[in-house]
Amino acid sequence: MGNTDSLLQAEGLSKDYENHTAVEDYQLTLKKGEILGLLGPNGAGKSTTLRMLSGTLAPSKGSVHIKGIDLLEQPRRAKQELGYLPDQPPLYHDLTVEEYLRYCAELRGLKKAALPQALERVIQTCALEDVQRRLISQLSLGFQQRVGIAQAVIHEPDLVILDEPTKGLDPIQINTIRELIRDLAMQHAVILSTHILSEVEAVCNRVQIINQGRIVHEARLGIQESGKVYYQFQLANPPEVSAISAIPGVESVSVEAQGSYLTCLNDDQGSLQALAKTAVQQEWGLLSLCPQHESLEQIFMQKVFQEDSP
Amino acid sequence: MIRLIAGFEYRRLFLSPLAWTLIAGLQFILALLFLVFLENFITELQPRLALIDDAPGATDTVITPMLIWAGILWLAVIPLLTMRSFSEDRLYQRQALLMSAPVSLTEVVLGKYIGLLLFLATALSPALLTAASLSLGTALDWGKLAAGFMGLFLMLASFSAAGLYLSTLSRQPAMAAVLSYGLLALLFVFYITGKTQGSESVLFIYLSHFGHFLNLSNGLVHSSDVIYYLLFSSGFIILTIQRLDSERRNG
Repeated sequence: MGNTDSLLQAEGLSKDYENHTAVEDYQLTLKKGEILGLLGPNGAGKSTTLRMLSGTLAPSKGSVHIKGIDLLEQPRRAKQELGYLPDQPPLYHDLTVEEYLRYCAELRGLKKAALPQALERVIQTCALEDVQRRLISQLSLGFQQRVGIAQAVIHEPDLVILDEPTKGLDPIQINTIRELIRDLAMQHAVILSTHILSEVEAVCNRVQIINQGRIVHEARLGIQESGKVYYQFQLANPPEVSAISAIPGVESVSVEAQGSYLTCLNDDQGSLQALAKTAVQQEWGLLSLCPQHESLEQIFMQKVFQEDSP
Repeated sequence: MIRLIAGFEYRRLFLSPLAWTLIAGLQFILALLFLVFLENFITELQPRLALIDDAPGATDTVITPMLIWAGILWLAVIPLLTMRSFSEDRLYQRQALLMSAPVSLTEVVLGKYIGLLLFLATALSPALLTAASLSLGTALDWGKLAAGFMGLFLMLASFSAAGLYLSTLSRQPAMAAVLSYGLLALLFVFYITGKTQGSESVLFIYLSHFGHFLNLSNGLVHSSDVIYYLLFSSGFIILTIQRLDSERRNG
């Protein structure tokens, strides 16, 4: 079952509670090297989704396959490929960082012989050298969060699920964690949830926006929809929309206001030149022409508020 | 995996001052009681018993009462040991660690339970040494001593299973402890009601926790007593697993 070259495959995941549905029909296919940002307002169902993907909460409907192994039917095998940081790092405050990480590694089935090396590696990547012999209860929140991340990656799982990994960190620590996540994605696939938009833009190459338990937007980031660029322009003498869309290279046009348009062009110099040339030749009175990067924030606001207003 | 979790829970109990204080405090009380019973035996009982054929020996008059006291005292502190097992995990939202690890719920519960049993065995060993020290001065009834300690261990082990279950019901360790004391009180009420003159009830005595231990501490190893404790333990262990499973399902 399941596609073997995808690390994670979730189909039709739903979680119903007695009087409400927390998550409905969640779909995801994730490959190695992908960092998926799960974005949504508080209470949108992000954590519930991640709990279902990590096997700590059984879904009401749907299936999860990790490397082709069914998480619900063979949880033991599937969970070996998984590292999970819940929204509260699951720490034992009366242990030292080293003791705690060692237990986590053994719990995830790491062999005793491989332990010292794994410990050293993870302490280095999470920058925990200075505190490795300290009690977890004495650490600051930022360090505790990093210990939480360390326990999720110590056994080098193929899939790493992080629920708000940068919560409680200062800007420098956030940067370190982001670098760590990017490094992780070289070998593994990473899912992280957050309600901070810039975070997704900074580290993720895929994004899903969730609102009220449903996926409302899904996109790849970095390479903005390849081969297409957006331009906004204003005309003093607006023509028929069909006249604009007839210009070679124009993929689509939408009227934003009287005389104001948003257009999607083929990403080559020719189509932009053709648009400008036609506007001048036809005397449409071109007032402005500027490139549009639809930012994640715009999409987020649009999608979330669209859903909220009836 | 069971071994890993059990070893971890066992070591972690010793990280808190609670465990050390409990062992030291209770051992101190038991040693005092032992001294009192021994003193009583030497000055009061021994001269009289010497005249009787087949009289009770030091095992009956010193060790058995000490064991009964050990039972009462340890029953009273077990809720303090079990209260943290699962409720503290929930308080600090730590269940996710075990739940997302490649271990089954059964392994988690058995691991924690065996960790507690190891602790109990360690905690009771000073009392065993105290009792065995009598053999320096007199001949002990080793069979009776073994039966008594087995009874003590079984009783405490089975009550720990109940404490483990009750700790899954609340996220506040204190609440889990209160629930355990409630159960303990109920079991004692069964025993007292069962023993009440005029309205003795075999059923209540069977249901009560303490009666079975008294049989064993007197050297009577009835399979029914042993089975009672085994059933009691496994019943609560199964309930604990069920409870965690339903939590995983219903979140």
